[in-house]
Amino acid sequence: MGIKLVARARLDAWVDSLVQQQTVYGAQAKGDRFAFDRLERASALRLDYDVTILPPKKYFQPQREVIMRFNRKTVEFESVIDEEPFVLFGVHPYDMVAISQMDKVFTMNQFDKHYMARRANATIVVSSVETASSSVFAACMNNATMRGKSGHDVLITKLPSGHYVVDPRTEKGDNLCEGLAEAPEANAEALDAREKVLNQNEKSLRKYELRVLPEDLPALLDRSRSHPVWQEKAELCYSCGSCNFVCPTCYCFDVEDEMGWDMETGHRVRKWDGCMLVDFAAVAGGHNFRSKRSARYSHRYYRKGKYSWDTYGEISCVGCGRCITACTANIANPVEIFNTLAEAPQ
Amino acid sequence: MIARSQLASPEAVRAEPDIYLPSGATVTDVKRLTPWEKYFKFKMDDERDLHYMPGQFMKVSLPGVGECPISITSSPTRNSGDRLEMVVRAVGSMTNALHALRPGDRVGLRGPFGTSFPVTGKMRHKDLLIICGGLGHVPLKSVIEYVLDERHHYGQITILIGNRSPNNRLFIEQILEWKQRDDITCMETVDVADPNWGGNVGPITTLLPRVRLFSPDTVCIICGPPVMYKYVLRGLESLKLDKSNVYMSLERRMRCGVGKCGHCQINNVYGCQQGPVFTYKDILEMGEAI
Repeated sequence: MGIKLVARARLDAWVDSLVQQQTVYGAQAKGDRFAFDRLERASALRLDYDVTILPPKKYFQPQREVIMRFNRKTVEFESVIDEEPFVLFGVHPYDMVAISQMDKVFTMNQFDKHYMARRANATIVVSSVETASSSVFAACMNNATMRGKSGHDVLITKLPSGHYVVDPRTEKGDNLCEGLAEAPEANAEALDAREKVLNQNEKSLRKYELRVLPEDLPALLDRSRSHPVWQEKAELCYSCGSCNFVCPTCYCFDVEDEMGWDMETGHRVRKWDGCMLVDFAAVAGGHNFRSKRSARYSHRYYRKGKYSWDTYGEISCVGCGRCITACTANIANPVEIFNTLAEAPQ
Repeated sequence: MIARSQLASPEAVRAEPDIYLPSGATVTDVKRLTPWEKYFKFKMDDERDLHYMPGQFMKVSLPGVGECPISITSSPTRNSGDRLEMVVRAVGSMTNALHALRPGDRVGLRGPFGTSFPVTGKMRHKDLLIICGGLGHVPLKSVIEYVLDERHHYGQITILIGNRSPNNRLFIEQILEWKQRDDITCMETVDVADPNWGGNVGPITTLLPRVRLFSPDTVCIICGPPVMYKYVLRGLESLKLDKSNVYMSLERRMRCGVGKCGHCQINNVYGCQQGPVFTYKDILEMGEAI
């Protein structure tokens, strides 16, 4: 199927039919903010959201997930793999970039079946950003649009006319869009209008201006180990981990066993963990390899701007700006940190 | 343009093994070594050979309690294909639960994980200086047994063993055997002596001035508590060893063992995958390594 030009009413009817057929998660209002949640009807879908409180990583790596069942008496373990198909509707490009990076993280060297089972069973509809959030800087990180990127199954873009350009990108996306077969093909004029929307997003999704190229961040960080900014900012850090939990590329986890009421069966769960939390790098016997707040604080920025580059060739700050909003101490703006480092004499 | 997904299909994912799923093993022997440490011998239920090398570790599971990384102390040279030995110090809920195990009890095992000491590589035909601090003796026992079993492949062997006190010493009978051998040098020290202790007293660095190395390209192997490394490395300076010939095992909280969970990360490397064995040269640029 080709690229379609779809009126809002037809889009809603399509989404309503998808919701009837399968599990669909979409961006919805939550108080005066937005969150991805199970979608019951098209009218609840808010494609005009600015940013969701949590990134959609929660559908691939849930806050708490059972990875196996066990029996304490027989000492037997059995994998629990979640293979339920679902549609993730309205993901912003910067979050899609993050998901593609997590695909690398969970498959390189060792294949994480728990993550990949959810990922392989997901169909992702990316929506070009309609409303810029107050702290987004995705354009500075080259993640304002899906230009030159992949991983998504469908790309939808709202035009100034109010119509949507629906662009299936994979076979899975093609299948999802079957319900739009009757919609007209997007003509040259519509595609041209889409390009203008994307051009505009590349200009406007930068509420902060990064004064260094993303690809120069690894070298910048490499020479900034002893910069005073780490200590200065860390003085104010509560080590609460909020920046970790809202980050679409923070994937660290802890594993715990939970016993059932019968005290015989139970399950092993993995839960989100964060490198800003005080005991993250502590070992048995009490030694903590990152006991200083400044060590934890700088570690996170090195992970985003250098270590991900070293290990899988990408900068893992995607520019969503969630950490900026989530930080109670107001010290988590990556742009501010990177610009401060860039100002230091070489 | 319609692209075929680069991702694995649901069917392909289903065919993959679960990297977190332990295999069953049975405890075949338990011995108390000290008031704090116990020795365990395991046999894999499927009797498969784990193909481990000295310096590697296993993830040990007790359902309902958890999973933790434990160094392998046996040498593959003395491994009949189904033998795996570990030493556990009781410090937390998991290790205390391990101490309650008796022969015949079962556990879950994953591994072996991590890098190993280069017993078949760089250590071959070289003089060896092996420095064991406290529980560092446990993984290095695997190295020492390996090089003694393949004695003809190595040059002069010097073993230093340091403990907090005489009753922290592990595998005492074996240490006495090593001391009696005339083809190796084995020296011991304790930080704090008791009335029966007739040997050297002081940190392990106090043994270093007595070490006589004949070859400038001696390979040094170090394992001990985190605090030990910088003192030992400083003490080694006068021996002028090549930093790429100094190997050490760095302890971290290896939660998953497969390079995902992030706990063992040292700068840009995962301790459980690119480690735990690193050379001094490897870690020079890694600020938080030691």
